[in-house]
Amino acid sequence: MNNLQYIPLVLLAIVAVAFGLSFIRFMLGPSRADRVIALDTLTIVAIGAALTAGVWTRSVFLLDIGLLLALLAFVSTVAFAYYQERRNDR
Amino acid sequence: MNEPIGLFIMGAGALLMVFAGIGLLRMPDFLLRLAATSKSSSLGIALIAVGTALFFWDDGVTLRMAAIVLFVFLTAPVASHMIGRAGYRSGTPLWHGTTIDEMGRDETGKGIRG
Repeated sequence: MNNLQYIPLVLLAIVAVAFGLSFIRFMLGPSRADRVIALDTLTIVAIGAALTAGVWTRSVFLLDIGLLLALLAFVSTVAFAYYQERRNDR
Repeated sequence: MNEPIGLFIMGAGALLMVFAGIGLLRMPDFLLRLAATSKSSSLGIALIAVGTALFFWDDGVTLRMAAIVLFVFLTAPVASHMIGRAGYRSGTPLWHGTTIDEMGRDETGKGIRG
């Protein structure tokens, strides 16, 4: 099992690539809806990063952060969607 | 033996997240970006959670991962539907190659986008 030691680090790098791509769209998204979509994707990618970091350090406590982010993603997205729908500019 | 299988499934989930990021960056329209990201990131987080549960092989971890998958699969379609409706109604411009806009302005000049 010693040869599997660095595979979670590689997975963390792949998840970091996904985070970077979403963050570029979050910074240069033309409209506000693009930024909300990018923020939703960033939160879900952050759940994946928390789980992968928990696998890498073999600690169970990092997995609770993923559970917390899964709850927060829906609340923040719905709040931004209501805000977008109330004010009528883009 | 469960650790290599869990890491393999986690690798598939991480690749799906990269595909979600590429779709978010390359698609020309916010509705297309929404369609590209919401499904693949949901499946990616489900695969990563299943891989983590297989890796740890523990009852508490499996319960937490089941809770994460349940929350994401319940809330991600609702959230993406709300973003799409809010962005469409607030008049975010669509892609110039859009051929049909069912909710758009009709012949009488009335439409939900006004």
